[in-house]
Amino acid sequence: MNDLRLEQIWVYLSASPLLHLFATLLAFIVATVINRWAGGTPLLHPVIVTIALLIGFLLLTGTDYPTYFQGAQFLHFLLGPATVALAIPLYDHRERVRRMLWPILIGTISGVATAVVSAVGIAMALGANTETILSLAPKSVTSPIAMGIAEKLGGIPSLTAGLVLITGVVGCIVGPWIFRMTRITDPTVQGYSMGLAAHGFGTAYCFASIGAVAGAFSGLAMGLSGLITAFLLPPLVHLFGL
Amino acid sequence: MSLIIGMCILLGCQFLGEVISRALSLPVPGPVLGMLILLIGLLIRGSIPASLRTMGEGLLKYLTLLFVPAGVGLIQHFGLIRQELGILIATLLVSTSVTILVTSQILQRVARKGRAAGEREA
Repeated sequence: MNDLRLEQIWVYLSASPLLHLFATLLAFIVATVINRWAGGTPLLHPVIVTIALLIGFLLLTGTDYPTYFQGAQFLHFLLGPATVALAIPLYDHRERVRRMLWPILIGTISGVATAVVSAVGIAMALGANTETILSLAPKSVTSPIAMGIAEKLGGIPSLTAGLVLITGVVGCIVGPWIFRMTRITDPTVQGYSMGLAAHGFGTAYCFASIGAVAGAFSGLAMGLSGLITAFLLPPLVHLFGL
Repeated sequence: MSLIIGMCILLGCQFLGEVISRALSLPVPGPVLGMLILLIGLLIRGSIPASLRTMGEGLLKYLTLLFVPAGVGLIQHFGLIRQELGILIATLLVSTSVTILVTSQILQRVARKGRAAGEREA
């Protein structure tokens, strides 16, 4: 009798958006706590842990993704206005951009071109299929922009979202090591490179481990490179014949 | 009320961006055009409305949470990922390293040149 009641409640909950919206927020809180315990390491970034927890939950309960997304879509929708809101930090940094217009412009365009050409080139050389390549191309850009670009190009937006997250983790691990090897000590250069190659993860890392100046430059790089990639990537990918 | 006004500004810019992107069939996502429209608007206005700052910075603070739903979508691509795991790891590792290396080297050189020129002028 009791089991039957529980089952009825589960049937109701698993079909309503409430459960999965709640589960997403709860998993995020748990992941944030876990990350704090682990000393804030980028390997256990809250987003990665949240996604792992939720995938585990869906597999355990046998829930399919469309059902989960009915609840999670309310958060997903906010990506659009959040992308628009990236104009706010860009506006805040307008003086810095004006002062260093040329270095920033040259650095951003060559950095974006390197990110796209190396990703597409390597994946093609290793024989990846077209959908994978198109999903990889915008990997250095902050997720909301990258997913928009992947969708427009014919990649798989959710695959891109995952690849973007992993790129962020990789950037935080190899970046400091590269700066040591090549003796780059200028925090503005370090910050800008991290933000360009590893978007929000790089920015968070800069604020936490290098300093406020590096963090500000990293945030600036994230916004500008997202903007430039959105315009530059379609013709660049076209060059590869995709 | 202020949050509602802030949200309206963001959604309005996104809406305009989406309409322009679709009407001209541009390859640029609507929200990116929306960001550009908002930036131009702010530059013309010369300041950020308090309502917009409250809403926008609130959203940006939790930006990482917002890509969880899409990230969970990886569950649908386990087959593809298993098949191309090596390629994906190699590409991400090499491409990200090269990008950081190239960007930092170019910035270092251009910034040094710029600074030297500035000192000569002074």
